[in-house]
Amino acid sequence: MSGWFGNVVWGDIAVAARDTLVMLGASLALTILLGVPLGVLLFLTDRGQLAERRWLNRAAGVVVNVLRSIPFVILLIVMIPLTLLLVGTSLGVAGAIPPLVVGAAPFYARLVEQALREIPRATIEAAQAMGATRWQIVTRALLPEALPGLVSGATVTAVALVSFTAMAGVVGAGGLGDLAIRYGYQRFQTDVMLVTVALLVALVQLLQWGGDALARRLDHR
Amino acid sequence: MIALERVSKTFPDGTLALDDVTLEVPRGSVYGVIGRSGAGKSTLLRLLNGLERASAGEVRVDGAALSTLDAAGLRALRRRVGMIFQSFGLLGNRTVAGNVALPLALAGVPRAERDARVAELLARVGLADKAGVYPARLSGGQRQRVGIARALATRPDILLCDEATSALDPETTRSVLALLGELNRELGLTIVLITHELSVVRAICDHVAVIDRGRVVESGATEAVLGDARHAATLALLGEAA
Repeated sequence: MSGWFGNVVWGDIAVAARDTLVMLGASLALTILLGVPLGVLLFLTDRGQLAERRWLNRAAGVVVNVLRSIPFVILLIVMIPLTLLLVGTSLGVAGAIPPLVVGAAPFYARLVEQALREIPRATIEAAQAMGATRWQIVTRALLPEALPGLVSGATVTAVALVSFTAMAGVVGAGGLGDLAIRYGYQRFQTDVMLVTVALLVALVQLLQWGGDALARRLDHR
Repeated sequence: MIALERVSKTFPDGTLALDDVTLEVPRGSVYGVIGRSGAGKSTLLRLLNGLERASAGEVRVDGAALSTLDAAGLRALRRRVGMIFQSFGLLGNRTVAGNVALPLALAGVPRAERDARVAELLARVGLADKAGVYPARLSGGQRQRVGIARALATRPDILLCDEATSALDPETTRSVLALLGELNRELGLTIVLITHELSVVRAICDHVAVIDRGRVVESGATEAVLGDARHAATLALLGEAA
């Protein structure tokens, strides 16, 4: 208990930081894996688009909106039975991943949909006029053209996921947020709070900077 | 070669875009469809490669009745019918060569053959030195040349032009039209173009149809139609051009 950072156990910080990174990496990967197809579905089935299916579009839209309107803390709790079913535990890093993905994927899907909407109509028509199948239009024209937008969207989503992981700490997920709450907040160890928050800030900065740089590099339009 | 037989098109919102249109485009001709915006010419053009389906009547291209084609048949037809656009429709994240190669890649043409064909096409439209450049770095006229090269990649015998020069300045318009004329003569390419500018029709079209509120009001050889205009819509276009 001496010095400025007397309460800080650096080994614990390292473990927490690793947990946060694992939660973030795994949930971001799964979010992109689910969010891209869902965003494509929302876009393609909309009125006037290539696979117009009004009822399907509405159904998907309702699901996405419902999931997006549930506060993440609540989602963490109501998801517990499903999480147990999926990964066998509702605790720890593994237990946090299903609610993180369910919380973030619908959000990312909307960003994907929005990025696809920005593609000019003539670009899609040109692909159609070349004799492209619908699958080819999606994989060879829509997604490559929207790629910078998909990367920017993933960046925004990743930053949101960082704060979600902190909340997941509340239900025993571990990670930096958990450390900040249990030691920094509940035990008044301000130094632990400072270190964990500083690390979270650095992580968010790094994500945003890296994501912006990548999106810029990929954008030739 | 291309024929519309009593074709009508009604959109889901009830708009009647085309009303009982009959016309025939002779093989090897440059056929202009002229009319004001909203007259139905854009719909007419999109019927020719099945981007729109007729509500009534029949569209025939190269002997095939489009209403009888399934999705695969339609895609096969589209490889034989090229299309270029007012706003070019290029993929911004693909290079010039990448854009021209795309229809070949979609058709499953092997890499080496594709590269050779792309080089040949870019030379044809005068952009051999721009292969690795992204479209954003090109002028409007150059972009449309890329569009033309791309539309010709699968060796179609028909080219559809959707207001292809409307976004270009007069000088660039002339050079793009000159290129289209050249392709028509040298490759025997049949060209159907829609425009609202009489100067385009005068410059390049041997046949013209005047379309007004979804109906073809006059059609025939260009000199005959423009030299002896009878319908108010044609006279109005002539009046604006004079």
